[in-house]
Amino acid sequence: MLKYIIPLILFIIMAVFLAIGLNLKPSEIPSPLLNKPAPVFSAPKLQVPTEKLTPADLKGQVWLFNVWASWCVSCREEHPVLNQLAQRQAAVIVGLNTKDDPAAAKNWLESLGNPYDVSIMDQDGRIGIDWGVYGVPETFVIDKKGVVRYKHTGPVTLESIQQIFLPLIAQLQGEQ
Amino acid sequence: MKRFIMVLLLSLSPITVFALDTLQFANPEQQAVYETLTSELRCLVCQNQTIGDSNAELAADLRRQVYEMLQQGKSKQDILQFMTDRYGDFVLYNPPLKAKTGLLWLGPVAFLVMGLIAVV
Repeated sequence: MLKYIIPLILFIIMAVFLAIGLNLKPSEIPSPLLNKPAPVFSAPKLQVPTEKLTPADLKGQVWLFNVWASWCVSCREEHPVLNQLAQRQAAVIVGLNTKDDPAAAKNWLESLGNPYDVSIMDQDGRIGIDWGVYGVPETFVIDKKGVVRYKHTGPVTLESIQQIFLPLIAQLQGEQ
Repeated sequence: MKRFIMVLLLSLSPITVFALDTLQFANPEQQAVYETLTSELRCLVCQNQTIGDSNAELAADLRRQVYEMLQQGKSKQDILQFMTDRYGDFVLYNPPLKAKTGLLWLGPVAFLVMGLIAVV
């Protein structure tokens, strides 16, 4: 009897592990930044390079931090979704224009529409490293106290806007 | 004819060109630490390569970061901490033993024990 039970148990264990493995998304690395203060930066604004923006300027507001670039193919796919989100004015949307040519970036916003309240430039990718960015686009949600509450890797979809972003933003807007 | 064939064969031999960063180090120890670190940190874009192996832009940026921190006199531990603060334990090819990684470290031992029990 035992002769049949042990292989069965081993098979079940293996099947469970394989099932877990199938459902893991290795491309989505959990961010250690969650529930930690937003990493500090002071970066020139894309449209007005003489002015700088720091996270302290956004204290008291719920904001999204979206990493984008004009060379990024998935950003093009994501862009209309961001435009729609911007129309709802649910939260401030800050863009991190990473490793991009400012002229190409401005051109992109002119031709595809600008969902960002403000975009800042990160030409050498250092702010990206501080935020643990490894794939563009990425989107962070930061609460009124300046704490990172959520990170989305890859293009934001209409579905994730409806199911995750909008409810979370509403909840954070209610917090003090 | 022979010469022609030789030239032809030589031109077929794969020529590998590496994208090496030319870096100056204060001392050989520092260079050794740099080489260890770039072979222990994972490139997050191409997850099965180290930042030393990868030609991805992020890997180049992270190599630059490692190099600059070494120039500032930071220790290996400081740099590993800097990377895990930003990218999590996933960035380490040699993850630490803690509750979350327990299965990773102890799993093989557990399977070995189970195997032994099954055989005996």
